[in-house]
Amino acid sequence: MSGANFMKLSFASRSENESFARVAVAAFVSQLDPTLNELTDIKTVVSEAVTNCIIHGYDNDPNGIVTIAAEIEGDTVRITVEDEGAGIADLEQARQPLYTSKPELERSGMGFTIMENFMDEVDVTSAPGAGTKIRMVKRIESKKALYN
Amino acid sequence: MSLQMELEHGRKALIVRLKGELDHHTADVVKSRMEDAIVSGDVRNVILSLRDLSFMDSSGLGVILGRYKQITAKGGKMVVCDVSPAVYRLFELSGLFKIVSVQENEKSAISSLEAV
Repeated sequence: MSGANFMKLSFASRSENESFARVAVAAFVSQLDPTLNELTDIKTVVSEAVTNCIIHGYDNDPNGIVTIAAEIEGDTVRITVEDEGAGIADLEQARQPLYTSKPELERSGMGFTIMENFMDEVDVTSAPGAGTKIRMVKRIESKKALYN
Repeated sequence: MSLQMELEHGRKALIVRLKGELDHHTADVVKSRMEDAIVSGDVRNVILSLRDLSFMDSSGLGVILGRYKQITAKGGKMVVCDVSPAVYRLFELSGLFKIVSVQENEKSAISSLEAV
């Protein structure tokens, strides 16, 4: 067996799809036999990233498209969550813990901090008007022994 | 799936039990129902029981923080109980533990309010 296994899905930027997105990615990652904690981490970061696309990328407009791609190679999961929305002008500020551009919506400002804490790598590409793409990488601990 | 909510007006506090998944999609209904209950009822304190909460993300932190601000503005307290390890981690990361009291279960949450 060689190469990476992958999946890709696109869906409408509606908040009811947040649970669909995290469950779909968790189901895909399940083939690595992750621990319950690892699975919760992945569900949480997907939820954060997709919520960002909907609230910030598309300003809650349900007509946008969110695309998720996930890839499994050995013990490593790579997840990409992408929108074609507003983009982020100041990435450094957006990644600050507790910073939110929408305090009136009771956002906690913890989305990026959670992604950075739960994943091994988080990389954000964004520009105003050009959408946002988040790439995240996590090694599944239970698989490490097999691939070391 | 989704989220179910149970509100009980206790003697010392409004007890809110959340069951299911608390995310951006379900946070709105939690916000409005709790907000209404706190504003319209004779509510002094809030106990948030999370025993049957199977998932929460930062949207949940936002709505909890919002109700914390609301009840403390009225001079009341918020106690959170039956917190799962996953939710515990989010509380730790966000510093919510520093301001919200956490108790093991509803019973100890109620007695923690009576002690004061």
